[in-house]
Amino acid sequence: MFSWQTQPLTGLNFLGMVIGAVIVLMVVLVVVMYTIYFERKVIGWMQNRIGPNRVGPFGLLQSAADVFKLLLKEDIVPANADRLMFMIAPIIAFVPSFMVLAVIPYTAAHVFTAGLNVGVLYYIALSSISIVGIVLGGWASNNKYSLVGGLRSAAQMISYEIPLGLSILGVIMLSGSLNLNTIVAHQATDRFGWYIIPQIIGFVVFVIAAIAELNRTPFDLPEAESELVAGYFTEYTGFRFAFYMLSEYVYVFAIASLGTTLFLGGWEGPFLPSWLWFALKTSLFIFFLFWVRATMPRIRIDQLMSFAWKVLIPVALFNILLTGALSLIL
Amino acid sequence: MSTTLRSEEMILNVGPQHPSTHGVFRLVVTLDGEQIVDADPVVGYLHRGTEKLAEGLQYTQIIPYTDRLDYIAAMLNNYALVHTVEHALDLEIPARAEHLRILVMELNRIASHLLFLGTYLLDLGAMSPFLYVFQERERIVQLFNEISGARLTYNYMRVGGVKWDAPPGWIEKVREFVPFMREKVKMYDKLISGNEIFLHRVRGIGVITQEDALQYSLSGINLRSTGIRFDLRKNRTYSIYDQFDFDMVTAENGDCYDRYYIHLEEIRQALNIVEQAAAQIPDGPVLGKVPKLIRIPAGEYYTSIEGARGELGVYIVSDGKDKPYRLKFRRPSFVNLQILRKMLIGQSMANLIAILGAVNIVLGEVDA
Repeated sequence: MFSWQTQPLTGLNFLGMVIGAVIVLMVVLVVVMYTIYFERKVIGWMQNRIGPNRVGPFGLLQSAADVFKLLLKEDIVPANADRLMFMIAPIIAFVPSFMVLAVIPYTAAHVFTAGLNVGVLYYIALSSISIVGIVLGGWASNNKYSLVGGLRSAAQMISYEIPLGLSILGVIMLSGSLNLNTIVAHQATDRFGWYIIPQIIGFVVFVIAAIAELNRTPFDLPEAESELVAGYFTEYTGFRFAFYMLSEYVYVFAIASLGTTLFLGGWEGPFLPSWLWFALKTSLFIFFLFWVRATMPRIRIDQLMSFAWKVLIPVALFNILLTGALSLIL
Repeated sequence: MSTTLRSEEMILNVGPQHPSTHGVFRLVVTLDGEQIVDADPVVGYLHRGTEKLAEGLQYTQIIPYTDRLDYIAAMLNNYALVHTVEHALDLEIPARAEHLRILVMELNRIASHLLFLGTYLLDLGAMSPFLYVFQERERIVQLFNEISGARLTYNYMRVGGVKWDAPPGWIEKVREFVPFMREKVKMYDKLISGNEIFLHRVRGIGVITQEDALQYSLSGINLRSTGIRFDLRKNRTYSIYDQFDFDMVTAENGDCYDRYYIHLEEIRQALNIVEQAAAQIPDGPVLGKVPKLIRIPAGEYYTSIEGARGELGVYIVSDGKDKPYRLKFRRPSFVNLQILRKMLIGQSMANLIAILGAVNIVLGEVDA
């Protein structure tokens, strides 16, 4: 199996790595832009609306126009904000969201994938860094709504990272690897098939925790617009706002990719090319997130916390116990 | 040196421009962490001095101003005013006019309650119901457009009747609307009432006791949610409400869920009234015999109706001229709002929106 990691760092190889990274970045940016478009269309249809249909055919260029508009907007820093922190916070939130994509195996050919042996750990560790950016943005804005939004966000994301990690543990126990490539390969040969079947409890916990990690409905408290105006990015405008927005949607894509890889067999599948299988499964996952958003009201902050600690974590722990016991018996 | 960290309360200005205050309502909230220590409602951002303006206007000229009070249920405001004037003049209203009034008032009540459902769920974070209810409301608004020529500020009632007769086919459209709306109410009940997250957000939240409700002079759904049976359509029947068969909806707990559910249930009851009124509407004139220049005999007059939000009263002091000496609106939103501070203290910030939303105020009416 070809991997960039095993290659010596020559000039040519370095160029290859850079080109590979840029290609992934470009693909992801386009995918994310169309994820936003997809969300607006899907939710629009669910709400008997049309959704964006003005810019380009069927509104296909709407997201591009939105990003372009944000680029051209004035970059306002509030008068009493902590200037430096205010400026770098969106970047801290944004950069890890792209970095986690390095370990996702999109296709059977791992040309652009860093086949890290601690891929899962890498993902979870890096995605935590984004929380720093969110808290910092909320704190540096010198706005009470932003502050409350940022603090809520920190509390929520830290709480839900634990069930998220625990839910993945079952998969790791079955596959015996933290490497995402190996996990996918294992699912192809596993006697129960994709891990969604033996790990159904883990999958459910994973999806719930993932939605909370993404700050999406019904766990979208940090940006509960009815209470907190816009949450931690209330004071942000222009491209700094776009950074937050983009990182949010990159994470939607990333977590859907992770879920696909861990539970839905990754790029595995008959007949169709592997990248298409991956795209289909990921889209299904993303669609589910949007569906939930159009359906659910928002949970309350204290209920959110007690749900994570009193329900999700015990269930995830039980799942680990069950997985261990069953793999001993069977 | 003290070893404990210094902490202090935070004062948060909710509004006047805030997505969940439904207008320009301002609430100065003192927070201890996420807990509300004090809440100070500040009203008046939409004050237009309607009562003072009315002193310089003839009674018919005041009617369009009432449209702008509770702009969600303008028909009921129209009626509140003309009803008091009619009461003062002791006028006879033609039967067709009374039926048309009942039809538009109850349709307007449905539209108002629908909007409550949508915005309340939106406050709680569910965005779809808001867009759903606007479709049904649109049909009602279209009906109003056909009968009065306006979609929001109708200016439809007149002293002695209504301004326009129903256009041909209008009554049929109303009849068709009733079963359609019944289905939709069933759908909303199914979609919303059993939602676990929704129940967690509203059950046992913002409880009003019967004593408090009476002391704060609450009316409408806020009062009925505590179990007190008080609906002016029943208790102090006006117009021809005594001819229709409908139930007064009450609940026991006085929490936000009860207030939500009564709204839903009242849509059903309003549909019953609409159905009966549309079935038995007689032919005839729509405007009774009214003097060209309306002069109310000197004296004080007060009547009230069951508005969409509670007891909507109009108090007129007349010195015998064609304009009121003093005119006072008893605005249910304003009165119901007074209990907000008591309800909020001790609650968490997240409950603020659930509680404020369930009181169901319209700022045009609060600020007059």
